[in-house]
Amino acid sequence: MTDAVTFRGVSRHFGDVRAVDRVDLAIRDGEFFAMLGPSGSGKTTCLRLIAGFEQPTAGEIEIFGTSARGVPPYLRNVNTVFQNYALFPHMNVRDNVAFGLRVRGMGRRERHAAAEEALALVELSGFGARRAGELSGGQRQRVALARALINRPRVVLLDEPLGALDLKLREQMQEELRALQARLGLTFVLVTHDQDEALSLADRVAVFAEGRIRQLGTPAQIYRRPASRFVADFVGSSNVIPAEVAGIGAPGQWASLRPEDIRLDPAGQAARVTGRFFHGRVTKLTLELRGQRLSALIPAQQAAPEAGAEVRIAWSPEHLHLLEAEA
Amino acid sequence: MPSERRPPLALTLAAAAGLVFLLAPIALIFLYAFSSEEKSFQWPPPGFTVKWIGVTLHRPDVWQALGLSLKVAAISTVVALVLGTLTAAAVSRSRFFGREAISLLVILPIALPGIITGISLRSAFALLDVPFSTWTIVLGHATFCIVIVYNNAVARFRRTSGALIDAAMDLGADGLQTFRMVILPNIATALLAGGMLAFALSFDEVIVTTFTAGNQTTLPIWMLEELVRPRQRPVTNVVAMAVVIVTILPILAAYYLTRDGAQTAGSDK
Amino acid sequence: MSTEAPAIFAPRPGLLPRLADRLLRRPRMFVFLMVLPITLWLGIVYVGALIALLIQSFFSIDEFSGMVVREFTLKTYGELLRPANLDILLRTVVMAGAVTLAAAVMAFPIAYFAARYARGIWKALFYVGVMLPLWSSYLVKVYAWKLVLAKEGILNWIFAKLHLTWALDAFLGLPVIGGNSLSVSYAGTFLVFLYIWLPYMIMPLQAALVRVPPGLIEAAADLGAHPGQSFRMIILPLALPGMVAGSIFTFSLTLGDYIVPQIIGNSRLFLGQAVYLQHGTAGNIPLAAAFTVVPIVVMGLYLWGARRMGAFDAL
Repeated sequence: MTDAVTFRGVSRHFGDVRAVDRVDLAIRDGEFFAMLGPSGSGKTTCLRLIAGFEQPTAGEIEIFGTSARGVPPYLRNVNTVFQNYALFPHMNVRDNVAFGLRVRGMGRRERHAAAEEALALVELSGFGARRAGELSGGQRQRVALARALINRPRVVLLDEPLGALDLKLREQMQEELRALQARLGLTFVLVTHDQDEALSLADRVAVFAEGRIRQLGTPAQIYRRPASRFVADFVGSSNVIPAEVAGIGAPGQWASLRPEDIRLDPAGQAARVTGRFFHGRVTKLTLELRGQRLSALIPAQQAAPEAGAEVRIAWSPEHLHLLEAEA
Repeated sequence: MPSERRPPLALTLAAAAGLVFLLAPIALIFLYAFSSEEKSFQWPPPGFTVKWIGVTLHRPDVWQALGLSLKVAAISTVVALVLGTLTAAAVSRSRFFGREAISLLVILPIALPGIITGISLRSAFALLDVPFSTWTIVLGHATFCIVIVYNNAVARFRRTSGALIDAAMDLGADGLQTFRMVILPNIATALLAGGMLAFALSFDEVIVTTFTAGNQTTLPIWMLEELVRPRQRPVTNVVAMAVVIVTILPILAAYYLTRDGAQTAGSDK
Repeated sequence: MSTEAPAIFAPRPGLLPRLADRLLRRPRMFVFLMVLPITLWLGIVYVGALIALLIQSFFSIDEFSGMVVREFTLKTYGELLRPANLDILLRTVVMAGAVTLAAAVMAFPIAYFAARYARGIWKALFYVGVMLPLWSSYLVKVYAWKLVLAKEGILNWIFAKLHLTWALDAFLGLPVIGGNSLSVSYAGTFLVFLYIWLPYMIMPLQAALVRVPPGLIEAAADLGAHPGQSFRMIILPLALPGMVAGSIFTFSLTLGDYIVPQIIGNSRLFLGQAVYLQHGTAGNIPLAAAFTVVPIVVMGLYLWGARRMGAFDAL
């Protein structure tokens, strides 16, 4: 089966800045793929390269096996849900959604019917006559989604689609996005800086930094077995500790240890509690262990020691994960 | 920064006095247009008549001057609309070498006294052997009308997110469709407002025009001749009134058009 | 359902879309084409003409033949420093400065009221009150003041009705600013200049004042500033860029005007008139050019200073 999007040695430089630096990547047909990274890591540029807003400085991009070299955005069967939605302010919701059909020359009646159908898909039936300005953030998000889906694109690109929503709405939209993608069987490519979002939505995640992919894998792989200090740090606030303290590997190496994998154990090593923070389901402790700062998450039902207390902590060796040396 | 508190009395009085100062002379124009006094500017007017309106309507020199002014203003506005919009789009949509220089270049013709623009253009025309014609007046006017359209268009482009253009193209609109269906509808009112103001500015211009018109007479040049060597004062009164009326309409229209978008229309004449 | 559609579509037919497509693929070329006309006209013809004019100021005129001698000399600039010419420069700059100051003082209450307190019908009235004089024909405005200042006109009539003719006479008796009547005095010229350029000061000033959030004034009051202090320490500094932007217009426009002093004023020349006369009647183009250098230099300095004060953001 052909991959949906293939990057072969793709670079995009802006002057001296290497926004994307020799990236190789294959996004499979029908998968939900996430590009995760801090701002400036090159993930958004990769998205714009797929959409056609940017052309690579070097390398080759293929979409379903066809070279995309020099192909402008409007000839690519790829649609984008933009950050902040980019709804056309001079059109109502129906015309926004039907835009893609209008530029392809579909008649008014036909495209209005299709727009109504697409709006139903995102549960906005009957909102067609409203202006974009009259909608809430979540509704705008759905309109943007309907607009991107109406052309039945082969690939849907989502650029930080949930960034502007509040927490509760964000979680709800995450569920809906996932369900929609599964139902339509389309390839979704999500760009986000939110590790929770990437890990919970995607089939596979690529972690970006400084224009390169640092790790590519399933969410479980990325979370459990981060390849490097950077990935361990960025994906979930993992403890990164020297091998000597961890008790594995050779001196000079580093290991990652998840805060939730540290437990209080009278048989463990002596550590000092430097802070205690109540988080509801869990209590977060900051600890000092042989000069290393660690954080640990203790279930709420367990009594947590106060700041300044001396405690003993332990972890199972299988939770330690030895990191590769930084490139 | 609107606020609900009542203004101090001194401020109200000063503002009101300022309004009277600004509006009273124009009101006077309307009164004098109907004065029955022919030789002097006597106040109060000894009597009122509408006879001079009829006289003015039958003056071919007034009609000719008006015709030329309208023609020049219309062409200058079109030229300014095209050049001003193109420049605004380039300056606000991309960064390129000389971008700052161009934005400075555009304001130069209104930042420099009109007489300098006038003399420079006249010597340029002489140097290039261009004979005086409607087109020399148009070129002079377009030079300073561009900035009006440019300012309005730049302000609107700044408010129009670049993502809209990306979005249109992403959905399958080619360059022309994007321009027609997304860019133009978003900047149309700003262009209309800028165009009307440019029209009003060109219609009224006299300083540059005296250097680029040769012996052609636009309406402002006709007025200037009447001011320096009065021939028939009552006719001048009527023409003055007509000019005021003609300029009010585009201003009100421009106000209406840019009301929602706040400060773009006249703040940058 | 999506598998039958191609991933990449064939190019659209038609000459125009193809041409637009070509352009869009070369953004540099596209921008170049967009700024080409303005660069050709303003950058080459207009600026070229300005430079040609400036170059002429370094030529001189042969006193016997009246012909321009095309040799580099500073003689013409020397001529500019003759008492008669120096008088013209000084008179013009002082007038432009006085008009600018008066306009700033007069514009402030109008702009402040309109920005902060005007509502509904008053807002519309202030709009018309500023826009009508701003956009009314320049010559009509001058003409209106000819009506106002005429001997038999309304101003003298008002003074007579108020039994204040003596005060007006005393004012006109003052040296320098006075004269036979208002329409042939510097005071008259000043009034007309002030009237004509005042809206150019109000507009940017009001734009700057509208942008001052009311919260700032409340914050100042909250921190213990009395109204006078918040005005001086908050409103005035924030309005200053707008005021400077306005002063660019009032100053520059007064500096180059040659019609107002020709119609309302005494026979003493202003800079614009001197340029006009030297260029036209006298045919001394080098001297006319040297005269125009003065406002260019003055405005250049002025704009440079204004830019540093952030006035261009208030335009």
